[in-house]
Amino acid sequence: MASTVVSDAGPTRRRVVELFLGGGLLASLISFAYPVLWYLVPPPVADLGGDEVVAAKVGDLKPSSAKIFRFGNRPGLLLRTAEGEYRALSATCTHLSCTVQYRSDLHEIWCACHNGLYDLNGRNVSGPPPRPLENYQVHVRGDDLVVSRKREV
Amino acid sequence: MLTSVRNWLDERFDWAALTAPLRKKTVPVHQLSYWYFLGGITLFLFGIQVGTGILLLLYYRPSANEAFESVQYIMTRVQFGWLVRSIHSWAANLMIFTAVCHMFSVLFLRAYRKPRELTWVSGMILLFLAMGFGFSGYLLPWNTLAFFATKVGTEIAGQVPIIGRPLMVFLRGGEEVTGATLTRFFGFHVAVLPGITTLLVLLHLALIQRFGISVPPHVESQWKAHPDESREMHFLPNFLLRELMAWYIALGVLGALAALSPWGLGTKADPFAPAPAGIKPEWYFMFMFQTLKLIPAKIWRLDGEVVGILLFGVAGVIWSLLPFLERDGKGRSRRWILGAGIFALAYMASMTVYGYVAK
Repeated sequence: MASTVVSDAGPTRRRVVELFLGGGLLASLISFAYPVLWYLVPPPVADLGGDEVVAAKVGDLKPSSAKIFRFGNRPGLLLRTAEGEYRALSATCTHLSCTVQYRSDLHEIWCACHNGLYDLNGRNVSGPPPRPLENYQVHVRGDDLVVSRKREV
Repeated sequence: MLTSVRNWLDERFDWAALTAPLRKKTVPVHQLSYWYFLGGITLFLFGIQVGTGILLLLYYRPSANEAFESVQYIMTRVQFGWLVRSIHSWAANLMIFTAVCHMFSVLFLRAYRKPRELTWVSGMILLFLAMGFGFSGYLLPWNTLAFFATKVGTEIAGQVPIIGRPLMVFLRGGEEVTGATLTRFFGFHVAVLPGITTLLVLLHLALIQRFGISVPPHVESQWKAHPDESREMHFLPNFLLRELMAWYIALGVLGALAALSPWGLGTKADPFAPAPAGIKPEWYFMFMFQTLKLIPAKIWRLDGEVVGILLFGVAGVIWSLLPFLERDGKGRSRRWILGAGIFALAYMASMTVYGYVAK
């Protein structure tokens, strides 16, 4: 009888010790991993420039030409159509984020990375891009061409 | 002198017993034995990468403002800097090439079969690590091509459902490819990947040592029928000396390529310039690049590129687990795997060629 008590008590005590040891180890592992995992997440970068930016001066662009401008942290494309109208769009291709360019020979917007084509309204017309480019508004303010995000309706 | 050192070691460590497994190791000899050199050449090129990589570290500076200039400095001012960097770039490409050849030779000689399943899996992981080395190292000179390759590559990682976006932010060190990305890639390239790769290479070699070198099945059955035809050679010194000759040839090819066709640097990355016309990835990513170019924007209701990326991911996983799909002695699964191997090789080769020919 006594021996069964001992043999019962042995493993139970061992289990308690194992539980404490294992639990302690697990807790310290988690306490190491937690700060490390958060350390891996980069802190957010302030989007400088906000919703409005001076993209160019009036007269910088000839008809049927374009330039890349900084819109916050991302590139934007300011283009002047052959008719002289100004348009501004996101320059980040909706396929895999390359920076697009205006092709004066095609009168279209082209992405060199995977041969995506957009029309001058930013609509994806051929190649792999799945969505149109985001359109911005262009205002003339004095000498400046000001580009701003379209207000949500 | 050498004998006295050996005796000294032998007295203390029982050197003879420690090296006994290596001296007992044999390599089968048949008309396909040449394919056994490829893994060793890959290992040799990895050694070259470690050596030249350490040399480059003496001058390289990992920041967006200095990286391009420091590589330019290495190539124009540092004595033999152009050679060291050129060897590092060429050896990287040759290493991927020999690793891919090694993989296909193991596949077609069916060396992956039981009991060597885990040797195959560790080799596949090493191949993916080598591509990770290529991808992270490509950005370090901070030139235009590298900038857009990284943008596209990390964007591809970002397309993976659920984990994609956090993974992309983790890789880039933010929402965009910036100097923070360069710093991270530098860390991956010189610390994280070499550490993991070294451990896996040791495991890969230990497994090869444990199981011995595979004899192709048709040779094996021939030898079983006629035991007097079976031939093998000692690893030490017979095979090792032959392998060293192969390394010498590899070194010759590498030196010639690096000297006659030094690796270019291109123009410094400008995050606010459009992607240049004719932009292409490294040749070993070309077949995926070309596929992504051809996939339509929408497949059913999913974005085309997501479908493409998922298919490549699934194919990669299945490929890594290939030995487990072959059941013992089942001719059908064997033929299926052979067919898949030939198809993969043909697909990758033709898509790569198409990628270079197509505008």
